[in-house]
Amino acid sequence: MTADTAMLSVRDLHAWYGESHVLHGMTLHVGRGEVVTLLGRNGAGKSTTMRAIMGLMKKRSGSITYEERETITLPPHRIARMGIAYCPEHRGIFSRLDVQENLELPPVIGADPLTLDRVQAMFPRLVERRHSPGTKLSGGEQQMLAIARILRTGARFLLLDEPTEGLAPIIVKQLGEIIASLRTIGFTILLVEQNFRFASGFADRHYVVEHGRVVDEIAAGDLAAGSERIRAYLGV
Amino acid sequence: MEIFGIPAQALYGQLALGLVNGAFYALLSLGLAIIFGLLNLINFAHGAQYMLGAYVAWMLLSYLGIGFWGALVVAPLVVAVLGMALERGLLRYLRDVDQIYGLLLTFGVALILEGLVAQSYGWSGMPYANPLPGSVDLGFMRMPMYRLVAIAISLVVCLAVWIAIERTKLGAYLRAASEDADMVQAFGVNIPRLIMLTYGFGVGLAGLAGVVAAPVYQVSPAMGSNLIIVVFAVVVIGGMGSIAGSVIAGFGLGLIEGLTKVFYPAASTTVIFFIMILILIFRPSGLFGSTR
Repeated sequence: MTADTAMLSVRDLHAWYGESHVLHGMTLHVGRGEVVTLLGRNGAGKSTTMRAIMGLMKKRSGSITYEERETITLPPHRIARMGIAYCPEHRGIFSRLDVQENLELPPVIGADPLTLDRVQAMFPRLVERRHSPGTKLSGGEQQMLAIARILRTGARFLLLDEPTEGLAPIIVKQLGEIIASLRTIGFTILLVEQNFRFASGFADRHYVVEHGRVVDEIAAGDLAAGSERIRAYLGV
Repeated sequence: MEIFGIPAQALYGQLALGLVNGAFYALLSLGLAIIFGLLNLINFAHGAQYMLGAYVAWMLLSYLGIGFWGALVVAPLVVAVLGMALERGLLRYLRDVDQIYGLLLTFGVALILEGLVAQSYGWSGMPYANPLPGSVDLGFMRMPMYRLVAIAISLVVCLAVWIAIERTKLGAYLRAASEDADMVQAFGVNIPRLIMLTYGFGVGLAGLAGVVAAPVYQVSPAMGSNLIIVVFAVVVIGGMGSIAGSVIAGFGLGLIEGLTKVFYPAASTTVIFFIMILILIFRPSGLFGSTR
């Protein structure tokens, strides 16, 4: 993937939490229709990269272009309206809204969104529990809800921050199938993941993040050679 | 007829008065709760904005001949617009600092507003003609017509606001943003604008309460600061940020105040603060507040 044809290009991205400098020149590209993961240890800057792309890091510099438009100075709602949707690590399910309200909360921002019926068909459990308060769902159900609600907005680019974290293996497997199917219907996905085996099932490329910058890039095809390197980076 | 050795007429009379006070507590604490929920701001200008509502109603009548019902619509809008200008011009810049700054800023704004009004119209109050003279026979007591209407306006407005927040899409944005504004903004909702409108709406409610209060109490610069301390106690008792809690606590505490006037008049001005202390000890998040 080269920078010229990328759907999302991040170049020399720096970001700060207060005085603490956490991103030190992240550079990465995601092409249309790709699934790309950010791998790395806790605290490497993966989630911060997501937040910076979404405009949620107040202090950031460098360049982030989405479909060739610069977004580094835009507020989060303007960035979202370009067609980017974000599913945070903490899932962001609202306790004061029931499941149905959570599902229908995000405004439709893109042309040709998935219909509510179609999303509910993908996640039947959310229909059964539609009147429960959002945070009364199990962790797996909350993760499903967090993904389901950004699918019906018409966003074409998804930022998924550690969707498998803390979930049972059976749920992780379901999530893998869902993400793979999202890929086949044309979503572009940037995924933060610590579970490399999970991500290797469907990702096109992997970036390894350390100390707030990309230190290595591994294509899916290089996996045999790459997995040794990844093991070394992740220390597992 | 007597109840617990108290003439029934006196009891009903004080309860009715308590409900009227409760109607204002409810409208004011509702606005404070909505503002606190989203902006995390303790809006100390709320009393002054209530006073401003009453003065705008008085000015509309005196200078433009616009009567009570017209003022009931126009004055809250004027107060809301002034509030939104305050949010845009000053409060916005305090979003990321400790909430004490917002409290101090709005307290200062309240003092300035009171001073400006007193400078123009004097500290002593001015009457606002009762738009609905006469009284109604409720069977067990006679009640001034206007006070009954004041209670009804407050009840209807509180109920409408509750429905708007709990049952509409805009209300869902407000509830969600009160929990996690960043997340809602990341969905594409213009949160800075939602904050401005919410602040305008909350202080508009204060302005509305001021209009309704004008015929009951005198229109005076200090009318808000006299009331707002009690209203903050009501908010604490109901639970900071709780919509239903603020309304129920508003009416309930108005009634309790009325009852206290009957049974132990000396305590009537302190009973709410006494209850507040008990709540703070035994249920610090308030009757309807969530711990967060």
